[in-house]
Amino acid sequence: MASTHMRDDAPPTTARDGDRRAQAVDGDEGAIVGRTVTINRPRDEVYAFWRDFANLAGVMENVERIDVADRGRSHWVVKAPGGKTVEWDAVVTEDVPGRLIAWESAEEADVDNRGRVEFLDAAPGRGTMVRATIAYDPPAGIIGEWIAKFLQREPNLQARRDLRRVKQFLETGEVSSSASPSGRPSESPTEQAL
Amino acid sequence: MRAVTWQGRHDVRVDTVPDPEIVNPRDAIIKITSTAICGSDLHLYDGYIPTMRAGDILGHENMGEVVEVGPKSTLKKGQRVVIPFTISCGHCFHCEKLQYSACDNANPSTTSDMSETLYGYPMGSAFGYAHLTGGYAGGQAEYLRVPYSDVGPIIIPDGLDDDKVLFLSDILPTGWMAAENAEIEPGDTIAVWGCGPVGLFAIQSALLMGAHRVIAIDHYPHRLELAKQMGAEVLDYKETDIREALFEMTGGIGPDACIDCVGMESHGLGIDNIVDTVKAHTFLGTDRPAALRQAILACRKGGRVSVPGVYGGMADKFPIGALMEKGLTLKSGQTHVQKYSDILLEMIIDGKIDTTFLISHHASLEDGPAMYRNWHDKQDEYTKIILRPGMERAHAA
Ligand SMILES: NC(=O)c1ccc[n+]([C@@H]2O[C@H](COP(=O)([O-])OP(=O)(O)OC[C@H]3O[C@@H](n4cnc5c(N)ncnc54)[C@H](O)[C@@H]3O)[C@@H](O)[C@H]2O)c1
Ligand SMILES: [Zn+2]
Ligand SMILES: [Zn+2]
Repeated sequence: MASTHMRDDAPPTTARDGDRRAQAVDGDEGAIVGRTVTINRPRDEVYAFWRDFANLAGVMENVERIDVADRGRSHWVVKAPGGKTVEWDAVVTEDVPGRLIAWESAEEADVDNRGRVEFLDAAPGRGTMVRATIAYDPPAGIIGEWIAKFLQREPNLQARRDLRRVKQFLETGEVSSSASPSGRPSESPTEQAL
Repeated sequence: MRAVTWQGRHDVRVDTVPDPEIVNPRDAIIKITSTAICGSDLHLYDGYIPTMRAGDILGHENMGEVVEVGPKSTLKKGQRVVIPFTISCGHCFHCEKLQYSACDNANPSTTSDMSETLYGYPMGSAFGYAHLTGGYAGGQAEYLRVPYSDVGPIIIPDGLDDDKVLFLSDILPTGWMAAENAEIEPGDTIAVWGCGPVGLFAIQSALLMGAHRVIAIDHYPHRLELAKQMGAEVLDYKETDIREALFEMTGGIGPDACIDCVGMESHGLGIDNIVDTVKAHTFLGTDRPAALRQAILACRKGGRVSVPGVYGGMADKFPIGALMEKGLTLKSGQTHVQKYSDILLEMIIDGKIDTTFLISHHASLEDGPAMYRNWHDKQDEYTKIILRPGMERAHAA
């Protein structure tokens, strides 16, 4: 038997091994979130939408506000449980038009994070695969356990839902909503059902 | 407005609820003129579909008049429209492939997670059908919000009665797609389990597609009678051993295709079905696939099995061996309604398809709860119920 280890073609974020997962964003600690979504639009268009970070705030439910200082730096305010928010400055570390955007949080972020969004061609005629990989370090001490808890439970779900919203918006021109009347007295017609 | 709401198992009420509003640019709002109760609503009524919430408005077979449009809707106020039960964006990969019920976008991001866990991918959306499929309000009400109204609604020309076109919303294309999935060839014998609305339309469609014979199976005399009028030979499963009968009637070859128009709440006398019922009520397994098992066993070698009947979870004792060893093809799915709208509307206009023969009752919205009870308890007599919001109430239901 050959002794060399055969490595499969899976994206690193799907590895069972934590060290390999961390390689997805050249990280060594913290937790990794990875998710790919196919958007039925041309790669350049999807990249351009994303690159203008201000667009994302309108579509991503968990992002409350993004203040764009310049092309390299933006300030993110993201919702957290209990009506709280977490904030950081994101600095673009790599930018390959039509292909890739990578960022890292600046010092004094509430949650240290870094990540990359890759724009890959799907099969011909099928648009663009957007692959987001995010690493974050659970904050130490003062911000409290609730953030750590929130981070363990939520980011995967949030990233998944926000990617879906971006897809909906780029494909349909709107973010889908089942805001509907119901026989539940607590809900107004335009309140989300869940 | 007034609306029929689901409150729990076997508990449906008429409530006053807020009117719908335009939420997104492609939305429209219609004033309901006719809305039917479906076999799929029975699965909700019986509590078999998870993620219903008390207060949800029912109804996915809807039509009415456009009364409000968002800036990106292509509809015009005053138009009469039938609304497909599937909510579809028209632009995603699946919609472009005409797999409308698999739309990737209509199910809001917050309600997509559960079906992703359950089925591997988030499911499409429908009106009035649980939060698993989006939690959109249904149309058994005075008004309905219609998302993506530039894609789904079928504009009805003047002079066509509601009763003639309402079923374009669901059961007519469902019967049609069920027959299409049976891949009918000249000389074929098609066996259809269930003579409810879906089964009856599957029979009609199979004959239109050139089936040599259709053999229909149920036990309600009146429903079997309707199947017979449609041109099917009929079998009563309470009187007859179905597999034996199909074997004999086809000279030992078996039906070329079998269509399961029964779904997860199959009746059955077999011990398997009793075990399944106990499991379903204790949530150990949700589906009772007695009719599907029978369909797979009865189907000829190399034949096709088409499953429009709804299943939601896990089924025990699924005859995978028979499926594989006989080389069967199995096709299924929620109907891609929008794919069939034009061709079926044309056939209705040309008089090739009759949709009115199965309608047994019209009732007011206020009589909704009583109608649900009847639809559940008196299936033989109640073959299809249409609610009309404007209609006067029956006396002392
Ligand atoms: N695929 C879709 O998009 C779609 C759309 C509409 C309805 N449906 C489903 O189709 C199914 C039928 O709908 P319907 O409105 O006709 O319902 P229905 O309840 O009126 O009819 C079901 C019929 O099946 C019969 N039946 C029960 N057990 C049987 C058995 N073992 N053998 C033979 N017949 C049996 C019943 O007596 C009844 O007449 C339901 O599961 C419904 O949810 C699917
Ligand atoms: Zn239906
Ligand atoms: Zn779609």
